[in-house]
Amino acid sequence: MPLLPLLAGVVGMLLPLSQRRLAFGLAVGALGASALISIGLLLGAVQAGGEAAPVVVNFTWLSFGGSALKLGFVLNPLTAVMIAMVSFVALLIFIFSHGYMHDDRAYARFFAFLSLFCAGMLGLCVANSLVLLFLAWEIVGVSSYLLIGFWHEKPSAAAAAKKAFLVTKLGDLGFLVGILWLYGQTGTQLLFDDGFGVLEDAQLQSLRAATGVFFGMNLAGVLALLIFCGAIGKSGQFPLHVWLPDAMEGPTPVSALIHAATMVAAGVFLVARTYPLFAADPMALDVVAWVGSFTALLAATIAVAQRDIKRILAYSTVSQLGFMMLGLAVGGVAVGMFHLITHAFFKALLFLGAGSVIHGSHHQQDIFKMGGLRGPMKTTFVTYLVGTAALAGVVPFAGFWSKDEILLSAWHQHAYGPFALTMVASFLTAFYMTRQVALVFFGANRNVDEHGHAHHAHESPLSMTAPLMILAVFAAGIGLVGTPWANLFGHFLEPRAEHAEANLGFMAVATVVALAGIGAGWALYGRLAPKSAGDDPLARVQPLYRWLEHRWYFDELYATTVVRLLRILAQLAELIDALLDLAVMAISGGLRALAQAFFWTDEHLVRPAARLLAAAARVGGGALSRLQTGRVQRSLSAVTFGATVLLGLLLLVMFAR
Amino acid sequence: MNAPLFSLARLDWTIYLSWIGVLAVLLIPAGKKEAIRWTALAFAAASLVVACVGLFTWAPATGGSGMDALRASFKPFEVTLPWIPALGASYHLGADGISLPLLVLTGVVAVTGILFSWNQENRVKEFFAFLLLLVSGVYGVFLSLDVLLLFAFYELAIIPKYFIIAIWGSTRKEYAAMKLVLYSFAGSSLVFVGIIALWAKAGGTTFDLLALKEVAFATDFQVFCFPLIFVGFAVLAGMWPFHTWAPTGHSAAPTAASMLLAGVVMKLGAYGCLRVGIFLFPEALTAYGGFWQLTIAVLAVIGIVYGAGAALVQRDFKFVVGYSSVSHMGFVLLGLVTLNTVGLDGAVLQMFSHGIVASLLFATVGRMVYDRTHTRELSELRSMRLVTQLPFAAVVFIIGGLASMGLPGFSGFVAEMQVLVGAWQHFPWLTIITGAGIVVTVWYTFRAFLTAFFGESGAGGEHLEPLPPITWQERTASFILLALLVLVGVLPSILLDRIDASAQLFINSITQAIP
Repeated sequence: MPLLPLLAGVVGMLLPLSQRRLAFGLAVGALGASALISIGLLLGAVQAGGEAAPVVVNFTWLSFGGSALKLGFVLNPLTAVMIAMVSFVALLIFIFSHGYMHDDRAYARFFAFLSLFCAGMLGLCVANSLVLLFLAWEIVGVSSYLLIGFWHEKPSAAAAAKKAFLVTKLGDLGFLVGILWLYGQTGTQLLFDDGFGVLEDAQLQSLRAATGVFFGMNLAGVLALLIFCGAIGKSGQFPLHVWLPDAMEGPTPVSALIHAATMVAAGVFLVARTYPLFAADPMALDVVAWVGSFTALLAATIAVAQRDIKRILAYSTVSQLGFMMLGLAVGGVAVGMFHLITHAFFKALLFLGAGSVIHGSHHQQDIFKMGGLRGPMKTTFVTYLVGTAALAGVVPFAGFWSKDEILLSAWHQHAYGPFALTMVASFLTAFYMTRQVALVFFGANRNVDEHGHAHHAHESPLSMTAPLMILAVFAAGIGLVGTPWANLFGHFLEPRAEHAEANLGFMAVATVVALAGIGAGWALYGRLAPKSAGDDPLARVQPLYRWLEHRWYFDELYATTVVRLLRILAQLAELIDALLDLAVMAISGGLRALAQAFFWTDEHLVRPAARLLAAAARVGGGALSRLQTGRVQRSLSAVTFGATVLLGLLLLVMFAR
Repeated sequence: MNAPLFSLARLDWTIYLSWIGVLAVLLIPAGKKEAIRWTALAFAAASLVVACVGLFTWAPATGGSGMDALRASFKPFEVTLPWIPALGASYHLGADGISLPLLVLTGVVAVTGILFSWNQENRVKEFFAFLLLLVSGVYGVFLSLDVLLLFAFYELAIIPKYFIIAIWGSTRKEYAAMKLVLYSFAGSSLVFVGIIALWAKAGGTTFDLLALKEVAFATDFQVFCFPLIFVGFAVLAGMWPFHTWAPTGHSAAPTAASMLLAGVVMKLGAYGCLRVGIFLFPEALTAYGGFWQLTIAVLAVIGIVYGAGAALVQRDFKFVVGYSSVSHMGFVLLGLVTLNTVGLDGAVLQMFSHGIVASLLFATVGRMVYDRTHTRELSELRSMRLVTQLPFAAVVFIIGGLASMGLPGFSGFVAEMQVLVGAWQHFPWLTIITGAGIVVTVWYTFRAFLTAFFGESGAGGEHLEPLPPITWQERTASFILLALLVLVGVLPSILLDRIDASAQLFINSITQAIP
């Protein structure tokens, strides 16, 4: 099934840029087929119920040293949910892109890259082997590089793409080491393999038995944390979150696809996939919980002070990914995955909505230069509002149910620290989303160019609004499959686990927090006068605002520490090379001096000696010549003499042996 | 016992075809440049076909794991003729699953190298003659089963190198050529001393590799002789700290020579380390608590990280690729000393993979960019925004670069992963440090790529004279190399099945020797 988009991607890349229609048809056709298959598989899995054993297919990829490296596919509820979501959301985004990228010169190539990306993403979901998963993981990385840097004429886009690739690669390093270690320890990297896979009991037992590897953790926990490194990179968790907001330089549909529904969720999915390893050591889960909740708060605070509509959403994504990580850590696979799924729908909706806004207001991205769009862009406005409500956690929209479940689980697990962090984060979430909606859709139009002409916004074409409407329906309703009263989702993914009971008091608290955030946001931004365009009321709270605006100065911190350190080391390598060269020069200089010495001895000792001998020979020759008529040439005599000496030496050597 | 001269089992035709090619090229009048090019291409291609036929007809011997099986694995292509009977040296050729991929690699790099040198206008005849002579030496090394013969071919490969760089090179070419030759000969002299010592120790009657294998060398002698041979060969493989000839030499060489130098000549060094050093003296690696094994592994890992670091700060585009070769050859050396099948598989596959990648990158930098812009300074390329004029070069470079990073789907991934899996069993910490080298690889590749092809904002290529378009020869050669990268990346088993069969025999033969 991932093969279809892969083929479409490869063929699409070979197509000339002029074949727009064919490229689009190919990409959408292939993905559409994948989506149908995925949904079919999901329905089949639902019918079979969560208790059914996973369907596993393994095959040998290459063999060495008597052992074989196997790859394989697995279908279990987790896979089924993920592939259905990915292919469905991606399909909508493809259709949206048709409208958004219509005027782009490299339209055909864009769809080829998108297809390639989806292939990687689907491959990642169905992989039953860590190596295959890693392979797909990297395909996702490369194609996201290509997509973020798609507008490579913009240097900032090229730089952002490079940064994204590099930072995620840093996380991948941990992941790779984890795979190597796991393989070295167990001799397999298959997840499920008739009882011998790494996620099955026999191997887990032995991994758990190896204790005290690192800070008193058992081996399973250490391996889990190494794998988590990969997830941190891909899912933009602290401290590797810095790439995600910059990645907004790519076209907006890409942001929606990569930074809402799929790629960033891959990290969360990876943790969910290898959850048994994490569950084997409570300390590993603690780390995940703290990283997740800290990221959630950190990103939410930064989002409050950003002005770019997409950057706000990007930080919001980072924050929500933190929620998911916490959910996994405290509530298990179903809790984290539920938020992943709901988030995929409403965040894709918000990103596409933002795309529609940007498209409609002539590529303006600064929210302080928008305003009043609720009039001209009705569909976008309404759908955006739905997305906002879902994200802010308003009853009964999707985000409410999933977020509530996470917070409740954290409370039950006595993880009060992470709980407090995420509570503040959810308040801020509601706040910054209200800020955004108020500035973009309410008030008066502030989109004025330098000559004072106002740009008038227009609604986007149907190919863009239709996906918005479909996503809005899901963003509103999808949460209902996982309410505490009838947790279908949870039972499907984790049939045997206990699921949180409904807690009305808790829900009330969560709702109050969300409403407080919305109220605060509206109070500050709801009636912003048109004249004060460009002034954020929050900016009065200096220096806090600047601190947040500069994203806690993380980029600067890394630039002055890690990046500079590496540069210094690299310079050092060059210096050592220069020294090595110098040493070689010194040696060759010494040799040359020696040669000069030989030459000197040759000139001043050997040659006079030879001349002397030659003279002696000449005297002898002269004597002979007196006996004979001819005269022996001087040079000839010298040659003769030399030959004699050589012959003598040769004889000497031969006899010496 | 030798197969008839005109049969598919005579892989030595790779050598002879190259020699005939040299003669043929020399016989054509110097003015007929096009004819010379086509002739050279034809003979290189013919050798490649012979090597490919060899690769696909060779089947791993089934059953058995001792010396007999090892001998049997060379049988299909064995050729024995008397050479210097007084010394016990014979013209003994053969090939197994380790040498066959390298023979194919040599053919591929020769063919694509000639395609990329199509624009060579200066003393064309001599250029292609030297090139083919060099290639013949390389084939000879990979086929030799006699230590002295191997050494002779090894020298044959080095000498044309000097002339090619000194005559057709660029930027400080005499210096670079001299440096390369001095380093090579310094290494060779170590090897030569080692070979003479082992010949004398074995009774002075034979240079035959397989016969020498059956001589039980004392551990102390092994520990004495091994470093001579290993380090001597490793100089040419670019082992740190004997690597500084590599970037200078690669950069000064004309494109085809850079390709051959990085693509195959560096592999000669690694091959020598493996075929002579490790094969005959395995105990030297494990004696004294594995002192030499650890030392070489450490040097290899330093090379990986250090080469990548140095590549990050180079100002000359070709130096970036030159240092990346040092970094990648570190993987080969690391794989060699793992002394397990996985690591050895990885090392051999990495030789093949890096041969292709390095050729591709050097061709892009040397032929596509430098021959057109006449500069390799990144700071000057920066203002050109080459992507607008040479999008083909940009695409080829980034795909080559991705392969060089060891990204899945390309041959480098399979190779590097196997090396890492093999190395993990002995030195987990070194393996993790190696991982850091991979991250730096990503960084320097992107740095060079973005600076060279994308440059600065605003500085569009409009001031630049229109550059000559990419020729069909360049396209063809690029496609051959790219296709191989992907083919081996997706279906590594076409090479790996053969490499693995021989690597198992190899490892068995040395583990039996180690008490």
